[in-house]
Amino acid sequence: MTPLAELTDLRVRFGTGRDAVEAVRGVSLSVMPGETLCLLGESGSGKSVSMRALMRLLPPQASIAGGVQVEGQDVMALSGQALRTLRGGAASMIFQEPMTALDPVYTVGDQIVETVRQHLNISRSAARARALEVLELVRVPDAARRLDAYPHQLSGGLRQRVVIAMALSCRPRLLLADEPTTALDATVQIQILVLLRSLQRELGMGMIIVTHDLGVAAEVADKVAVMYAGQIVEQGPVRDIMRHPAHPYTQGLLASVVREGGAEIQAIPGAPPDLRRPPPGCAFAPRCPSAIDACLSAIPAELAFAPGRTTRCIRVGERLAA
Amino acid sequence: MRMKHPDRGGPAQPMLIADGLKKHFAIAGGGAVRAVDGVSFAVAKGETIGIVGESGCGKSTLARLLLHLIRPDAGDLVFDGDKVGAPDGIDLGSLRRQAQMVFQDSASSLNPRMPVRDSVGFGPRVLGRTRAQAAAEADDTLRRVGLDPELFGPRYPHELSGGQKQRVNIARALALNPRLVILDEAVSALDKSVEAQVLNLLATLKRQLGLTYVFISHDLAVVQHVSDRVLVMYLGRVAESGPADQVFATPLHPYTRALLASRLSMDPEHRVEAAPITGDPPSPANPPSGCGFRTRCPHAEAVCAEHAPAAPTGQAHDAACHMLRAGSGHSAAHLLGAQAAA
Repeated sequence: MTPLAELTDLRVRFGTGRDAVEAVRGVSLSVMPGETLCLLGESGSGKSVSMRALMRLLPPQASIAGGVQVEGQDVMALSGQALRTLRGGAASMIFQEPMTALDPVYTVGDQIVETVRQHLNISRSAARARALEVLELVRVPDAARRLDAYPHQLSGGLRQRVVIAMALSCRPRLLLADEPTTALDATVQIQILVLLRSLQRELGMGMIIVTHDLGVAAEVADKVAVMYAGQIVEQGPVRDIMRHPAHPYTQGLLASVVREGGAEIQAIPGAPPDLRRPPPGCAFAPRCPSAIDACLSAIPAELAFAPGRTTRCIRVGERLAA
Repeated sequence: MRMKHPDRGGPAQPMLIADGLKKHFAIAGGGAVRAVDGVSFAVAKGETIGIVGESGCGKSTLARLLLHLIRPDAGDLVFDGDKVGAPDGIDLGSLRRQAQMVFQDSASSLNPRMPVRDSVGFGPRVLGRTRAQAAAEADDTLRRVGLDPELFGPRYPHELSGGQKQRVNIARALALNPRLVILDEAVSALDKSVEAQVLNLLATLKRQLGLTYVFISHDLAVVQHVSDRVLVMYLGRVAESGPADQVFATPLHPYTRALLASRLSMDPEHRVEAAPITGDPPSPANPPSGCGFRTRCPHAEAVCAEHAPAAPTGQAHDAACHMLRAGSGHSAAHLLGAQAAA
């Protein structure tokens, strides 16, 4: 079966010369139809850049190398009309801030109609019917009335539902979401996550969700790819990663989750490296409790140590044996 | 010589008492946003009070009211027994020397054209220290927050990471030896691994310097971790307050219960099946009549629309809910009365 989306050794660099930043340093991943992948990482880890590459949404000054495929098509080779068909058609995307993703001077209905007519050759009234249908699909209460609402008239949670409705309006096979619940309140966040999970099941889409929050990954992911300093340091089924993290960075993230009681949290010491001058070896080694000399000399390869699981840690074998 | 502020009121006197604080912002074209609508609480010396709530609940306005960064429409503030702004009380200058604030956005709260050492030494300079004294005090304080003054003192904010900037903001707040520190979403913009480092730092500083914290956050897990007592806010009012362990173990208010049930499971085997409540919080510009939560509450009855339940007062665990007020007219309250009688 062809993967729905696939990155092969993706490398993305911004700028030139001394100030060039290698934001993504060899990312390979794939998503099958009906599967949900969470790209988990902290700011600057390259998770959003990797996802944007799938839609060719990176600025022209980014230099991109490696394979980017959606439904077997080489995205880097697409141009003009083919690219417009991909964006919003086969694949669509939800952003973090629903207010900036919506145009403040058009009604919600008009914005969905515009998207629908861009991709499907249908009449205005048929497009409006589709708009109503998708608003109901994302459980917007009183959907018919909301078609004529402007974004500022809606609450944050409703706006994010509208953004999701717009993304789903042309029946994408792949849905990309960049921190879709980070700007939302806790009681609204869980509503949106439950909604995304059930939409994914109903529509059989593949999803890639970028998040910094382990909790979000635990709620929605089938697979998790943990990113650090532009690389995937660990990849595998969400249950395995939450129960038995293999990479010291993932272990550190899980240990630094704030829990009940005022005891000291086991924080990871230090900070991620400056990607203008990435270290020659494992990028996590300077913060890693089990780093040895060999970690500092060469970037660890992605090691498949169990079915469906990989990690970039040369000491994973010793830990498994122990 | 570093200045120390004397403990005027003694250990039993609360560090801070807020009594009926109210702030409404007028809207162009009529009406008002009832940002803070009658909030009362007390912070004991040496404790951390956590204030938790969603956007629009008034927690950040409340933080600013506590330092008179904005002036309350009504209500009083008492700092260590002295009424703020009263003729026989404490003036704003001495309040702000003893109470300091750390804001969420670590970048915008630092002057981009001022090196870190000058930023941290700015307060002491204003209070009359010489340049050399202020620099020495700044270096001391930077060391306290885990930044090497040799390395970081001459740097500008743009040369720092988010976590380092927030450490500088904490240092700047501590430079005047405050007794009370108000932390308004101070760790919310940080990455998780950095958040953990800063929370540990705050705990250490509190222990070393005997500080009192007002810790404002939307993050329940963080509030539970740091707080001795908790105040849950909804639409400008206190929904529930009490000792943190009791509020988290046996939440009384339906909103607090929903908030706790909205926490992510952290366990893919036991995911949250259904969202505990629907919709968003109403706009504080147009709050519902009576109890602010009734539009989302599964237990709402006629009485909830008629008048607002009495807010919790005092230090004991209590919530603003008609179901907990015997004789309120709510059917669950009748049950409560019968239990009490039996």
